[in-house]
Amino acid sequence: MARRERGLILAGLVLILAYPWGVTAVGQPFLIGLGTRILVMGLAAASLDLIVGFGGMVSFGHAAFFGVGGYVVGILAFHAHEGSDLLGFIPGSNQALVAWPAAFVLAGLAALAIGALSLRTTGVHFIMITLAFAQMLFFLAVSLKTYGGDDGLSFRPRNLLPGLDTKDETSFYYVVAVLLVGFLILARRLLDARFGTVLRGVRENERRLAALGIQPYGIKLAAFALSGAVAGLAGALMANQARFVSPELLHWTKSGDLLIMVILGGLGTLYGSVLGAAVLIILETVLAAWTEHWMIVLGPILVALILFARGGLWGVLAGTRRS
Amino acid sequence: MLLAEQVLNGAEFGIMLFLLAAGLTLVFGIMGLINLAHGSLYMIGAFAAAWAGNATGSFLMALLTGMGAAAVIGMAVEALVLRRLYARDHLDQVVATFGLILFFNEAATMLFGRQPLFARMPPWLGGSVELLPGVPYPAYRLAIIAVGLLVALGLYLLVARTRLGMLIRAGNSDREMVRALGVDIGLIYTLVFGLGALLAGLAGVMAGPVFSVQVGMGEQVLILTFVVIIIGGIGSVRGAFVGALLVGMVDTLTRAFLPGLLKLVLSTSDADAVGNGVSSMAVYLLMAAVLLWRPRGLFPAHG
Repeated sequence: MARRERGLILAGLVLILAYPWGVTAVGQPFLIGLGTRILVMGLAAASLDLIVGFGGMVSFGHAAFFGVGGYVVGILAFHAHEGSDLLGFIPGSNQALVAWPAAFVLAGLAALAIGALSLRTTGVHFIMITLAFAQMLFFLAVSLKTYGGDDGLSFRPRNLLPGLDTKDETSFYYVVAVLLVGFLILARRLLDARFGTVLRGVRENERRLAALGIQPYGIKLAAFALSGAVAGLAGALMANQARFVSPELLHWTKSGDLLIMVILGGLGTLYGSVLGAAVLIILETVLAAWTEHWMIVLGPILVALILFARGGLWGVLAGTRRS
Repeated sequence: MLLAEQVLNGAEFGIMLFLLAAGLTLVFGIMGLINLAHGSLYMIGAFAAAWAGNATGSFLMALLTGMGAAAVIGMAVEALVLRRLYARDHLDQVVATFGLILFFNEAATMLFGRQPLFARMPPWLGGSVELLPGVPYPAYRLAIIAVGLLVALGLYLLVARTRLGMLIRAGNSDREMVRALGVDIGLIYTLVFGLGALLAGLAGVMAGPVFSVQVGMGEQVLILTFVVIIIGGIGSVRGAFVGALLVGMVDTLTRAFLPGLLKLVLSTSDADAVGNGVSSMAVYLLMAAVLLWRPRGLFPAHG
């Protein structure tokens, strides 16, 4: 790893750790929530980078898994509040140690099922079939009348963690930060291991990989399922941050946002996705404060970035630009 | 009787989708471009037509303005932005054209506001026609079906019988070879894109009086249009036609009859909720099934 990249990672880590302290010091503690949102979206975007940037599988339906994770948390909290059982036998829960692993596992299973079917196609067809499955889950969420349908479902309080006050914005921020950093470390190790080498091989040339005696399908499916599970965890965290879930979580524009974050930060850079999430969310917030019609500025910025700034921000900052 | 009416509704919706899908599938097949902003051209057509129709009171003016605006803006966007994306990978295309959607939606909001715009029907198509005894059907909707069928015929003749059509088909199978044979492929790109934009504008103009003219109307049909061309097979106008009718029928018929059928086994409110959910999902289920059965669509254009 280049020295400059190592320095950049260290700087990012310090920034993440010091952020709540910094914004409180300048008297803007309400900005902690913004930081939490950036870290959560960064987690979702980094999980997407795993399959898009490293595996070359362009999923245009990643918001589906994000939404599944969010809805698992929302629905469990709903039943915990009502004291009723889901499907008549699953009790609700507002314990993070129950709800978050459940979100992770169920989103992973959804990704396993969707991936098993979608990965039989490639290229444009893969983009569109992942979008189609995401749309199905979106309309499923809309039709869940018990859980608010179109309007969504708000719940209170945040999921409880033993020994921590998740209601406190700073504590919750650090919980999210620990999960994000944990995922980044795990993903880095995975990418440096055989799994990562094979995954990059999938992106470069599947046929050659098959000639080496490695079946690409299994490794692609494993990556897709892991990526979906982590996106589900991110969705669970987002639901907690807002204490609200709605079909908006699964909307196809959310999948578009995630792809933008990945590209903005740099494809296949892992940490770059977090940077991309930060830049996009900050840009949106700043532009929205400046004008109600911020999208008319954001749209052309995105177009210009794609046309003229190839390789992403991480490559520029770390001096490791890839072609 | 109700069934006949719903089948016509399905055909009408399918025809609208076909007008959008024909351009999109050619752009996709020839230039290899995923253009998410195709729905924006439809929206531009609808807004321009509604504005011109309300200002002049003439449907002809609305039609010309709508199609003209969509074609001119479409070709301008092609020359300024999209042309640079043809050689890029699909990911770049998706993100850049997503940016264009944001731009056009916000521009429409600034110009026309968030309230839906009223688009008037031509008065001479305001009545209804009794196709079968006892089944009156709005003349305007029949006119949409007729126009769509004419466009389909025209496109068929253009692609199958003319020199330009021959070049379009050649570009679909191997654009490098077409270029190597000394054909100005850039000109074909612009013409094909302009044609697609014109048809999207036409769809927008005709949709105006039936659906509401508002920001975001493009994205609702855009995704269905992609479903159509994936089902039909990328690059194939025939596939787009079959796919569009299939999607139009499945969407309309499940929406009309599924909640009623479910009421036989479920309580009324459950049946409505489940029925609406499943009928929204039906076309995506159809697409997934087609792709798993035939990964390249029903009528793959090349290879």
